[in-house]
Amino acid sequence: MTALATPQPRAARRVRRPRRTTIVRWLSPLVILLLWQLASSSGVLDERTLASPLELARTAGDLIDSGQLQDAIGVSLRRALVGLLIGSVAAIVLGTIAGLSKLGDAVVDPPMQMVRTLPLFGLVPLFILWFGIGETPKVLLIALGVVIPLYLNLVAALRSIDPELIEVARTLRLTRWERARHIIIPGALPGALVGFRQSLGIAWLALIVAEQVNAGAGLGFMVNNARDVLRTDIIVVGLLCYAALGLLTDSIVRVLEKRALRWRDSELAA
Amino acid sequence: MTATARSAATASEPVVRLRGAGRSFGDNVVLHGIDLDIAPGEFVAVLGRSGCGKTTLLRLLAGLDRGMTGEMRTGREPAVVFQDPRLLPWRTALQNVALGLRDGDPKARATAALAEVGLAGRERAWPRQLSGGQRQRVALARALVREPDLLLLDEPFSALDALTRVSAQRLVRELWELHRPAVLFVTHDVEEALLLADRTLLIERGAIIHDERFDVPRPRRRDDPELVARRTDLLRRLGVDDAE
Repeated sequence: MTALATPQPRAARRVRRPRRTTIVRWLSPLVILLLWQLASSSGVLDERTLASPLELARTAGDLIDSGQLQDAIGVSLRRALVGLLIGSVAAIVLGTIAGLSKLGDAVVDPPMQMVRTLPLFGLVPLFILWFGIGETPKVLLIALGVVIPLYLNLVAALRSIDPELIEVARTLRLTRWERARHIIIPGALPGALVGFRQSLGIAWLALIVAEQVNAGAGLGFMVNNARDVLRTDIIVVGLLCYAALGLLTDSIVRVLEKRALRWRDSELAA
Repeated sequence: MTATARSAATASEPVVRLRGAGRSFGDNVVLHGIDLDIAPGEFVAVLGRSGCGKTTLLRLLAGLDRGMTGEMRTGREPAVVFQDPRLLPWRTALQNVALGLRDGDPKARATAALAEVGLAGRERAWPRQLSGGQRQRVALARALVREPDLLLLDEPFSALDALTRVSAQRLVRELWELHRPAVLFVTHDVEEALLLADRTLLIERGAIIHDERFDVPRPRRRDDPELVARRTDLLRRLGVDDAE
């Protein structure tokens, strides 16, 4: 009884403590923002080098009013998601083959390890020659970047599934599908999610690189045009959009992760 | 006088029948020449030092080891409780018990099985929220909910503390009296074997060296003079002097 009761005060403290640190955490970025604005307003920081925070807000407002920003984000988001989807499906198929069968591992793993050593962004010129300058090379570059971390983490996760639990499945005479559903998928999920979050990070990075090279639309296109007309404010707004999108997708995955792994994070006394 | 168990126990068709069963890993002979019948509802304890082959015997009967030589017939639905509970950490207690149940109402059956092992109300707990003893009771419920004709217990109490172990032993006896499966109970604890089993086998270097019945009515007392005498005798047969 007492053992069950002890975690409670600790949990209560845990709720209260973040509140104070959260305020502090917000404070330092705000101070930096304030100093930046002061530097710009006083003329210490040249507006053509870096626009002030207020100026950036105004630029963002203009871009939203004209619909340019929404269009650009839509195009870039679509590229990232299509690449992520293709890369994830490929990683799950290949990772499952390599992680669950020795023969599959012998066939799939060596080429994957070779692909892993290739410098992803070094492939850009080749991709342009092969696939032109349309959507294909961009999406494929993202997909290729996404495949590797998800594949590696998935294979490791599948291999580390407890063989004792597989024995339990045999003594309970589970079917192949039941074994996959109750043991293999939930067992591999934590590792696969770690890989997926890494893949997501690479997806955004690959998108930015791909869009820098040549794009007729999207955030990268907007940023490149701004460079040609020396609009640092638009460039910075574009960068902030990339950052916000990356943060947003990562937090979506984190929420999914928390829900899928609640058996692991649950309070000991429930 | 004690080695007559084999012929006496086989009144009806045995649940387990082994003839000349053996198992080798390369040149290492782990089991050889095992002849064993277990009658329906019979509680058989298997004693031996670690590495004697008793767990290998259990794994053969569980169908987890297919490298056996000789002849074997085993239960229609053998169920196993391992040394550690082996619950799926990502499934609740109830889901663990209901795993692979297909007939009737799996949820209702699993709930009833959890209640039988004294875990009513903990259906939705995750395994890591349960104590070691509670987890082992979930494993027991998972085995019994299938109404097995043969229950294989592989040192199921060895990881429990002494007090938890006593209540777990009582629980196993009560559940056995309720469901009456044949039981093969692998242990290295002589007293535990005598408290629970109808029959005790000693295994040494891969062979059954001794097979005796023990008919004291249950529940048995640890200080029962008959039990104490048998305990001393079995320990001596295992090569341990009880005088210390």
